[in-house]
Amino acid sequence: MHEMSLAEGILQLVEDTARREAAKRVKTVVLEIGRMSSVEPDALRFCFGSVTHGSIAQGAELEIVSVPGAGWCMICAETVAMNELFGACPKCGSYQVQAVSGTEMRVKEIEIE
Amino acid sequence: MCTVCGCGAGETRIEGEANEHSHEHTHVHEDGSVHSHDHGDGHQHSHAAAVAGVHEHRHQHADGSEHAHSHVHQGEHAHAHDHHHEHAVGADLDYGSGPARAHAPGLSQSRMVQIEQDILSKNNTYAAANRSWFDEHGVFALNLVSSPGSGKTALLVKTIELLKGKVAINVVEGDQQTSNDAERIRATGVQALQINTGKGCHLDGHMVGHAMQRMQPADESLFLIENVGNLVCPAAFDLGEQHKVAILSVTEGEDKPLKYPDMFAAADVMLLNKCDLLPYLEFDADLAEANARRVNPHLTIFRVSASSGDGLSAWVSWIESGLEAQRGKRAETVDNLKARIAELERKLAAS
Repeated sequence: MHEMSLAEGILQLVEDTARREAAKRVKTVVLEIGRMSSVEPDALRFCFGSVTHGSIAQGAELEIVSVPGAGWCMICAETVAMNELFGACPKCGSYQVQAVSGTEMRVKEIEIE
Repeated sequence: MCTVCGCGAGETRIEGEANEHSHEHTHVHEDGSVHSHDHGDGHQHSHAAAVAGVHEHRHQHADGSEHAHSHVHQGEHAHAHDHHHEHAVGADLDYGSGPARAHAPGLSQSRMVQIEQDILSKNNTYAAANRSWFDEHGVFALNLVSSPGSGKTALLVKTIELLKGKVAINVVEGDQQTSNDAERIRATGVQALQINTGKGCHLDGHMVGHAMQRMQPADESLFLIENVGNLVCPAAFDLGEQHKVAILSVTEGEDKPLKYPDMFAAADVMLLNKCDLLPYLEFDADLAEANARRVNPHLTIFRVSASSGDGLSAWVSWIESGLEAQRGKRAETVDNLKARIAELERKLAAS
């Protein structure tokens, strides 16, 4: 639903970097998107294509690295797998789990020429 | 732009004045250097994150030509320029002009550039600058968030009445339209500034930075920010506050922390407001607290009523201990500086 504005934020970071590096074209954009970050990768791809049209990143390939969810369970005192934010610990069923990865939305790197 | 709901930006008004004018403003770069410049001059440039004080600029002029230069900042404005011009005409065959500054036959200039930046990184930079200012000046800043109608402003008015004799207070009011809330706060006798976000659904670090400049909060004072009534978007936008305070009223549902978990996870404190109405409602306050703690086990919860005043003393003493902690931080900064001065003086005397 909010992927359009996320795509705009990505384009801003990409354009800033491309300008700084005096790039002629952006070939690839690599993102790290956590599985619990509530971003729909397909919707993001579609929006990225539209917002980059006419920009230095037009036609750039969008690579999305999906980061699995993990959390620290305070009862088990260990890192456990998580599928949904604020979900229960798969081992003990407690809700005292703090997400430690899987919520990121980052622009990792770009390929330019 | 809000990356949560996609609402627009550009209609922000502070006390009725548009905030989008060509003005001189200050940037804080990733490397920690601060740089001021003016944007009314019809050119665009980007800054490279470089070693402190050294910047590389790329200018794009109206005629399409481009040039890059690097310069060293001495203080705020003295520039030592070193120009490298790259005009649009005639640059077509310059094989050495690529980013690698070299050309081997058949070797592509294509390369990877690491960015490693959060999509919300711009806001976070502004927020970090606000936070360090608050810490240096011993100011205790709170960001109050809730859905519309939970009683944020009424609660603020009561809190101010209980505290205004003891500490200087500044209030920032965020709403899409009207300055009604700021007027309600001003009626208590403290300074209040209204920010109208227009199409926007939340306050951001940049807006609060502007508000701080306008209000010039006193050292060791209390800075209260009433965010736009919205339980979704303000969760993602750090303003530089010490704590987010979520307000839930008993006329809402017990399951609100589960429906809007991001906000209750981002908050450190929850105020359960309008508790004087509990006898007339089928609201299970214990269940509401349990739901909130399921989302955020660290949450501190106060049951209050702004209209009857019940429970406010615990909330007010929590604020007072926060003020005390910020004063401690400031004293630490001052002590560190004094220690450094003494150290330098000793070295100077020895040499």
